[in-house]
Amino acid sequence: MMNIPYRPIFLVLLVLVFSALVLGRARAGGDHYFAPVAHATVKAECGSCHLAYAPSMLPARSWTHMMANLDKHFGDDASVDPKLATEITAYLVANAGDQGGQRYGAKLLRGVSPTSTPQRITELPRWIKEHREVSAQEWKHKDVRTKANCVACHARAERGYYDE
Amino acid sequence: MLLTRTFPTLLAAWALLFSATGQAGVREDQLAAYASAAKAANAGFAGFSAERGKTLHTQNFSGGKPDTPACTACHGKDPRGSGRTPTGKTIDAVAVSVTPTRYTDPAKVEKWFKRNCTEVLGRVCTAQEKGDWLTYMLGQ
Repeated sequence: MMNIPYRPIFLVLLVLVFSALVLGRARAGGDHYFAPVAHATVKAECGSCHLAYAPSMLPARSWTHMMANLDKHFGDDASVDPKLATEITAYLVANAGDQGGQRYGAKLLRGVSPTSTPQRITELPRWIKEHREVSAQEWKHKDVRTKANCVACHARAERGYYDE
Repeated sequence: MLLTRTFPTLLAAWALLFSATGQAGVREDQLAAYASAAKAANAGFAGFSAERGKTLHTQNFSGGKPDTPACTACHGKDPRGSGRTPTGKTIDAVAVSVTPTRYTDPAKVEKWFKRNCTEVLGRVCTAQEKGDWLTYMLGQ
């Protein structure tokens, strides 16, 4: 009978699984990394007035709805050329938090009812929870002013990091 | 390897050549188009005025959104200084001397006139207004 060295094999496997977990998290930048927009048109069109928010921050149905109603975009008429709109929608949907961007957005989208179509990232249950310690006064600070101004506190938001 | 390196370089050189020769012409063409539209709307049209453009840029309007009564609400009082959007994004200075890449894409110019005039004035701008404003910024 061959003597199978179970103990070393088990140890090696344990180390491998552990490293995979740690490396996987590191690659994704922990829970606070949202791959930034990597599409030139989307970055230009969605990033001139505000930060081009990561597509993984909302589910696909939210992006579809938003792009179909750009003429009423949070009080602004933000319409874009129809051809561009199709291109932008396709990118946002493909990388949405419940599609290709799942590994970044899954946690942020926790608690979102599958029948709802959230439009504001800042109204997601998880977003509210993560920001519960920010006081009303801080939101009103002249360098912040709006919850849409991620970069005011998250200096590396443009590159996808929201850890601080 | 050689091809992958050479191709982008060639492309960049080509783009540079094109933009360097095309830039001035594009702006003039757009101004000319505004001039003919202004003339069509008003037979007494006698050219654009940087002075009127400055007034348009700085004056307060009541027809648009309360947050943005003037162009300067976001672009700042000094056309050579950078501006800031309500969500905190920096806007490159509107003066061509500071941001030389500006006004070289007519569709982009039209897009922002449409959007910003609606927000500030509560209506689209006339060809005369667009020409005046552009004339002001090209000289800044």
